[in-house]
Amino acid sequence: MNRRHILAVATSALMLAAPFGAAHAQETVKIANISELSGPGAPSGTNWRDGARMAIEEINADGGILGKQIEFSEYDTQSDAQTSRAMVQKAIDDGAFALLGTVYSGSTIVNMLVAQQAGVPQFTGSEAPKITELGNPYIFRTSFGAQKSMPKVGAYMKDVMKVKKVAVAWVNSEFGKGGHDSFVAEMEKAGIEVVADVASENAQADFAADVAKLKSSGAEAVFVYLTEEESARFLREARKQGIEAPLVGETTLIGQKVIDLAGGAADGALGHVGLTPDADVEAVNEMAEKFEKKFNYRPDHNAIKGYIGAYAIKYITEEVGEFDQEKFVEAAHGITLTASEHPGVLMDVSWDENGEVSRESFLVEVKDGKQVVKDILPAN
Amino acid sequence: MSEFVQIVLSGLATGSIYALAAIGFTLLWQASQTINFAQGEFVMLPAFFVLVGMHVIGLPMLVSIALALVLSLLVLGLAFKKLVIEPMLPHGTLPIVMATIALGLLMKEAVKEFYSAEAQPFPALVPGDTIRLFGATISAQDLANLAISMLAVLALQLFLNGTRTGRSMQATAQNPAVAEILGVNIKRMVLYTFLINAALAAIASILISPIYLAKFSNGESLGLVAFIAAIVGGFNQIRGALVGGLLIGVIDNLAATYVSAQYRAAVPLILLIIIILVRPQGILGKAEGRAV
Repeated sequence: MNRRHILAVATSALMLAAPFGAAHAQETVKIANISELSGPGAPSGTNWRDGARMAIEEINADGGILGKQIEFSEYDTQSDAQTSRAMVQKAIDDGAFALLGTVYSGSTIVNMLVAQQAGVPQFTGSEAPKITELGNPYIFRTSFGAQKSMPKVGAYMKDVMKVKKVAVAWVNSEFGKGGHDSFVAEMEKAGIEVVADVASENAQADFAADVAKLKSSGAEAVFVYLTEEESARFLREARKQGIEAPLVGETTLIGQKVIDLAGGAADGALGHVGLTPDADVEAVNEMAEKFEKKFNYRPDHNAIKGYIGAYAIKYITEEVGEFDQEKFVEAAHGITLTASEHPGVLMDVSWDENGEVSRESFLVEVKDGKQVVKDILPAN
Repeated sequence: MSEFVQIVLSGLATGSIYALAAIGFTLLWQASQTINFAQGEFVMLPAFFVLVGMHVIGLPMLVSIALALVLSLLVLGLAFKKLVIEPMLPHGTLPIVMATIALGLLMKEAVKEFYSAEAQPFPALVPGDTIRLFGATISAQDLANLAISMLAVLALQLFLNGTRTGRSMQATAQNPAVAEILGVNIKRMVLYTFLINAALAAIASILISPIYLAKFSNGESLGLVAFIAAIVGGFNQIRGALVGGLLIGVIDNLAATYVSAQYRAAVPLILLIIIILVRPQGILGKAEGRAV
């Protein structure tokens, strides 16, 4: 076969393949998951990814979005902000219609600018207040930021726990600083004195000094705002040193992964959670059961967030009626998705003009290694 | 005052675990001029042997610990010496440094790949009870860690000074050529040193993992601390490594409490710089010769 023949055959092959490629492209839409699959954020990022993956599989089994099957791709940020930025860029270059992730606030702050520049909607699991304060129209939360949850925690400490002196332990990161600042501001408003303010480092292994400091502060309650693994180490140390003041936190203090890591040391800890598999909500319980069966471990709030994020992309796209990222973003601001009409969101949920989310939440206590809902706190 | 007592005791407990790793570091240097930059990973790995025993094979905790100890002796002692150090030894110290750095990375990534990238809960040897002492609440776990580490160091000292094999090991460390002329099997003595280092790493791993949680990346900080402790105390003395470990444990806690958590990691390094400037041989180190 001479060179001309080879060229002719190759051209024919390309021409034959092209229509198939085009048809394939028409039948699928790409959704990318960028999360912390290794490094200190792996418990959160893996939960988030598995929740999203389960939702995508359900959506595909149910016919996909507007008749298109979803191509789900996964990118590991290694819990590192700069890597997350590169991964978001890679996902966009690979043709993602929408992005899921990241969970770490420090990463989201950095990588959401890439998605904004490319005009790609992004659903994040991060909770730092700053994320929705930067005027980025492409970012949407799946759980509320610290500025929404801290008023609920503050009111609970003041009105229900009747606390007058509080200590705060927080991680010195984008996530921790946002939560710390919101919490301290709420305490000021509530007239509660902050008697100890203990910052720790990201991925800190030894909390002996932190706990000793908090213990001798005379606080009637300790507010703990650390990431998952550090929360587990903190709880173990608090139990070791016999700290008696109640430990109150957010989702990251009493998540299922933290309970598993801390063992019995998590018992008695209180936490305000936007989403929990143990909430008295049938749809959430069903999702949690399915998840546990599929992945062989109990989901935490991040898994539920990832699940809801994937479904939100489906519902909002269907609301728009086409795969148009600009129209998607326009429609998403101010939208309310009810669980009765959109079962994948599990609970009624709204997004405001900044992409901030609003829904009911729960005050839970860890008892015998399980989250037990003590109170339902209304949406604010 | 009670806060101070609590912080110092807690620092001593953690420091005693650092000391075990630092002593192993010193022993290897004495016996074979091996600067083991994988020492942190040596402390990380045995915890995963225990977890495999408990969760994969389904053995009880104590049996899993015994299994981990045996595996540590084989992998971190025998295999490390035969497969990594012996082939590299004729080429000098620097290739060994590079080889151990590579080994550390390999161990870290292997645990991440074959077990998990996530931290794993690790059972404590003693229950989480507390004891009142000098007005401070001291955890039984801290006291047990301190006691076990000190017992291990004491046993090692007794072995090195009170047995014929121990004295032969010291002779090998001080002057291998003369020791060989006197009939000491120096290859075997060096192997014993590697096995002791593996055992010390396994003990440190079992004691530290309930606090740190078992995680592939634990070796990063532990290796650095062991290295600093060995230099601060004196690279050629077991007692020096012990003092270095304890000192760093206490100083780390005091710095986190009374200076700032942000600077806690820098304080041991500042201490290291001061020691090198003022007393280059370390607090208890000797300026000349080598002795285990």
